[in-house]
Amino acid sequence: MLNKLSFKMNIRAYALIIAFLLIVTIFTILTNGDFLTSRNITNLMRQMTVIGVLAVGMTSVIISGNIDLSVGSLLGLTGGIAAILQVWLGWNTVWVIIATIAAGVLLGLWQGWWIAYRGIPAFIVTLAGMMIFRGILLGISGGQTIASLDPGFMAIGQSYLPYSIGYILTALFILSLFTLKIRSRQKSHKLELVTESVFVDYGKLAVYSGLCLILVYYISRYQGIPMPMLILTLLALLFIFILNNTAYGRHLYSIGGNHEAALLSGINIKRNTLMVFVLMGALSAVAGIILTSRLNAATISAGEMYELDAIAAVVIGGTSLMGGTGTIIGSILGALIMTSIDNGMSMLNVETFWQNIVKGMILILAVWLDISSKK
Amino acid sequence: MSILHMNNISKSFPGVKALDNVNFKVDEGEIHALCGENGAGKSTLMKILSGVHPSDSHEGDVYIHDQKQHFESIRDSEAAGITIIYQELALVEELSVAENIFLGNEPVHNGMMDWNRMHDRTKRLLDYIGLTIPSNEKVKNLGVGRQQLIEIAKALEKQSSLIILDEPTAALAEGEVDILMSILEDLKSKGITCIYISHKLKEVLHIADSITILRDGKTIETIARSEADENRIIASMVGRELTELFPYQNNSTDHTILSVMEYSFLRKKDTDPMVYNISFELKKGEVLGIGGLMGSGRTELAMSLFGSYEGEASGSVYLNNEPVTLRSPKEAVGHGIGYVSEDRKRYGLVTGMDVSKNTTLSSLSHISWYGILNKEQEVFNTRQVTRKMGVKTPSLQTIVNKLSGGNQQKVVLSKWLLTSPDILILDEPTRGIDVGAKQEIYHLINELTSEGVAIIMITSELSELIGMSDRIMVMAEHTTAGEVNREDADQETIMKLATGGSVHAE
Repeated sequence: MLNKLSFKMNIRAYALIIAFLLIVTIFTILTNGDFLTSRNITNLMRQMTVIGVLAVGMTSVIISGNIDLSVGSLLGLTGGIAAILQVWLGWNTVWVIIATIAAGVLLGLWQGWWIAYRGIPAFIVTLAGMMIFRGILLGISGGQTIASLDPGFMAIGQSYLPYSIGYILTALFILSLFTLKIRSRQKSHKLELVTESVFVDYGKLAVYSGLCLILVYYISRYQGIPMPMLILTLLALLFIFILNNTAYGRHLYSIGGNHEAALLSGINIKRNTLMVFVLMGALSAVAGIILTSRLNAATISAGEMYELDAIAAVVIGGTSLMGGTGTIIGSILGALIMTSIDNGMSMLNVETFWQNIVKGMILILAVWLDISSKK
Repeated sequence: MSILHMNNISKSFPGVKALDNVNFKVDEGEIHALCGENGAGKSTLMKILSGVHPSDSHEGDVYIHDQKQHFESIRDSEAAGITIIYQELALVEELSVAENIFLGNEPVHNGMMDWNRMHDRTKRLLDYIGLTIPSNEKVKNLGVGRQQLIEIAKALEKQSSLIILDEPTAALAEGEVDILMSILEDLKSKGITCIYISHKLKEVLHIADSITILRDGKTIETIARSEADENRIIASMVGRELTELFPYQNNSTDHTILSVMEYSFLRKKDTDPMVYNISFELKKGEVLGIGGLMGSGRTELAMSLFGSYEGEASGSVYLNNEPVTLRSPKEAVGHGIGYVSEDRKRYGLVTGMDVSKNTTLSSLSHISWYGILNKEQEVFNTRQVTRKMGVKTPSLQTIVNKLSGGNQQKVVLSKWLLTSPDILILDEPTRGIDVGAKQEIYHLINELTSEGVAIIMITSELSELIGMSDRIMVMAEHTTAGEVNREDADQETIMKLATGGSVHAE
């Protein structure tokens, strides 16, 4: 009976996977298999990282019952700062990265302070941030494209991990999955808790590990794991851990779920809200660094409309804009679906305007599915 | 002559048979009470009557004036003259009283709103129900009691011949209950029929002409008031007799844990203090009851002591003889205080979260290491405390919204038990929950006091206040009206104190 219940709760997650597989199948057929080549999968992974990183942060923002419309501009501005520091001022890559992320944190702090401690709705503060940050970018860059970064900086967005390291990391990841599961089961036994059967628990892990290996193998047939994909994976894992396994993550869910009950349960709402925007700022800066590195330039229009793509990815992934529910995995899948549509339709030489229309339709469809499955 | 006859109604939800051949017959012009524990099927039966569950989703027939009805929606049942007033009120807070009364039914003149007629009708209705408020007052500025009366006015405007009141007095103070009772009597004399759903048997016995009792989705019996008494109703409701209604135990000690002196609290941006000049002491293992009418400042006192509001406190608060200032609930929790709110859905639970996560929400620091949760310990703690509390739930991963009111309340209590509090403030701990669950909560109070926990219990039910408290502080007009020891406590003394301050204000 318990299994039945958990299956029911996951219907949505499965629907998302099924939708993704459907999209992949359609594009594979229409492109005569070109969509599924190692090369294109690698491209897809690279293309999704920027939106993916933003979506990871946006998930926690939306879970806490807030919204952030400024991430596109914040990404553009931090990317611009990185390029200015390196191209104009000649800083080395490590310091550029540190300074850029620090700038993201500061800007997040600024927005978070207005929202948490001055009680201005996040929608307003971040709408203002969207204008302010873009304005600052225009001002400090003088409207120019700042190009040609150091090879070291370019490696962040453009390099690939050597095959051996890719496989070693994958093996380490799988190993730690199993170790954590074994430890958790031991603890449960000690406390005499009911655990899932060995078969189910380890079976699931085996399936995940298998999928992981297939993906890595597939990508390795081309150039190996792209560096930005590694960054996205690490950030996603970190945030999955934060949301599921820390008191802070639990606080975010409860604040988004019921603000007043969270307050009366002794949760510091202001500090937690501030923190979520600081993290979002840091992640936007990471996304800015990746994009600048990939393009080898900072432009004044970099990241325009990305906030909407990120929000769309999160919503398609099943996170409710009302707050209180949502998962990182869902948002990553959402980002993957959005990117697949862009990628597949470009391969088919469909004009860009169709991509926008289709993505918009998918967004409505996803939310409609969500709402009707809850009834 | 029966106005309503529900014949052999059966209704199933996946996995549960909610109603099993229920028969329910109401005579025209009577007040008919419907009693039963939570989950007995009262709400489901009323949802069928009001068309929330459409007529093809259940077996059995509904007759109004001997005419068979097929209600597909609330609209259909309203057209047949039926209005339901729910426990959770359905008013638009930002709109005025008049706009609410005429919502969806606005008087129109040449396609324009006829404001004059609307306000004129509203004034008459307000007069009739005994409210002296302007018709353009926003509903959010009214207390729950007055909002309840507005709902009744709304039903009257719709010319309903059958009004169903679901727990109408759950949120009312004794004085407001009297007003409601007299209005119901008056409606009866005008030939309007009422179905009265309530857990409060005293009221039921006072007002109802006949009483139908449901248990486990079946009709147990329908009895006339003359044949009914409290014990018989309870026996029918629970299927057994409850020997001792209030299992009071004296566990109080001499050790003063909390002492409040000349305490006042002015909320930010308010001009008048929420509470002022309040002094009391709380001893280890004691139950201090706080009585008073709605709006006397009881909840405000509790919430401000708990640090829930931003504003300015004056006077002094001592915990274990140490002066403290509690600026946020977080600090209060840190000092071993817990607060169980009167409105559990709004202030107590994150309703979309599961039982386990709700239970550990206030004690995450006990199960985490540098902020990282020990999830196995979490399940262990939750399992232990929910078993102790007797929370009935399919699993610990069940969304808390799916539980019954009594079980939800037990989850809130479990949450605070896990913080191992020294002081627990219970604000209307038994509101809207059934007799059996009430008993369990009384026993829990005894268990806690025997372990040395001090309890502040705010309640509008006088019998509960008198039955469970060691000492009673009565509040009126935002300040202390007096203190009564258990031996001297009776209904008159308390009501006198509670209403004493308001004589000149009226």
